Amino acid sequence: MASGQNHSMNDANRGPVSCRKVFIQRDYSEGTNVKFQTKFPQELEGLIDKQTFEHTLTTLNAIYAEAEKISGRTICEGCFACLTAYLLYLCIETHYEKCLKRIAVFIEEQNECVWIPQGLLLTDPVERGLRVVEISILNEPSGRS
Amino acid sequence: MSHVTKKWEVLPGRNKFCCDGRVMMARQVGVFYFTVALIVVTCTLFFVFDCPFLSEEISPVIPVVAGVLFLFVMSTLLRTSFSDPGVIPRATAEEAADIERQIELPNGSTSPTYRPPPRTKEVVVRGQTVKLKYCFTCKIFRPPRASHCSLCDNCVDRFDHHCPWVGNCVGRRNYRYFYMFIMSLAFLCVFIFSCIITHLVLLSRRNGFLDAVKDSPASVIEGVVCFFSVWSILGLAGFHTYLTTSNQTTNEDIKGSFSSRRGQDIFNPYSRGSFMCNCVAMICGPEPPSLLDRRGIAVPDGQVSLRGNYGSLKSSQQKVTKYKGQFRKLIV
Repeated sequence: MASGQNHSMNDANRGPVSCRKVFIQRDYSEGTNVKFQTKFPQELEGLIDKQTFEHTLTTLNAIYAEAEKISGRTICEGCFACLTAYLLYLCIETHYEKCLKRIAVFIEEQNECVWIPQGLLLTDPVERGLRVVEISILNEPSGRS
Repeated sequence: MSHVTKKWEVLPGRNKFCCDGRVMMARQVGVFYFTVALIVVTCTLFFVFDCPFLSEEISPVIPVVAGVLFLFVMSTLLRTSFSDPGVIPRATAEEAADIERQIELPNGSTSPTYRPPPRTKEVVVRGQTVKLKYCFTCKIFRPPRASHCSLCDNCVDRFDHHCPWVGNCVGRRNYRYFYMFIMSLAFLCVFIFSCIITHLVLLSRRNGFLDAVKDSPASVIEGVVCFFSVWSILGLAGFHTYLTTSNQTTNEDIKGSFSSRRGQDIFNPYSRGSFMCNCVAMICGPEPPSLLDRRGIAVPDGQVSLRGNYGSLKSSQQKVTKYKGQFRKLIV
């Protein structure tokens, strides 16, 4: 019993340590912009319903797409930064950074409302180099590998 | 007071950090100091020995233009050298294990006809098949356009080249600074060179060329420096303008990744269509963030970090604690 606890939640302040993890990979079909695959992974079967998963992933993809979109606003930001010899970036927060903060908030909220009650935890992709969305299955120790 | 380890102190690549992780460069920076010295010394000589004469004889605008160009060049140079070129963080142990499983799945490692697992993965980018190579150092499949810099020992996104002159890799995050540096340096170099020629011509009209050289020996030194550097800088500026308009990297250009000789249907899937769009995307597109979080607090591998930059996970971790009881029930 105690060892089971230690396995999956050995230090709650630092999050899950060694539980099973599912990784959602990047989707490069539309170029190198950040986009994650929205295909439901088999490993999550029975742990969370498909709609919830897809909703979370498509929302994430939409915010990333907005962050990387070339709009009038980002062009203005880029041109102005260039004219100030990029000193502007020392004092303002870029559009991309704002979007990343929105993603952090979104993930936190999703974790709280949906994923943690189901025994799952999403990790912000920016912590994994925007390569993967890491989904930890909190109550399943990583005995498999 | 205990020392808090920040992430830049434990980053695995061969980089040099200053100012508590704010500045990130390659280890070998000798040539970078040489670049800085060359620009600063030449410009100082120009401001001290040529500008007073030229502003009096021609226009006071000359020192102003040179000053603005000089500041722009230095700012973009330092920005290129000191920023993260777009290093892709290495995989956590769990992610690496997951990739390992995926690689080993097709050919069972216990079978007698064991072959080393294929270390490439094919993805389709806008209809173009791209091979992703597995990086044994970073334990990841390198994203399209990324490459591993052997000098810095990092995978760099949209890797262009490792530039010893700026003492850093040039990649996704600092290519625009690098391009602006090269362009402004080309302008500065041509500007100073023409000013020096004017200076020497005006002087020699008065007393002949030899006296002009005696009057202003500094101009001759600057002239020699400018003469030798201007050609390579102009060539580089032209080359990078071509790369920017076609949305390629130096790396891809050298390898000929998109050249038609390898097959008829090879095209650059990353190009945005017109050369204007490519330029705008490169120079004024959204500024991608650093993925290293260098100034965040380091935590052992596999654990959720308390990220410094983009919202904290602190509150969500408190929620984890809150739900801990529930998990315990599940585990039992």
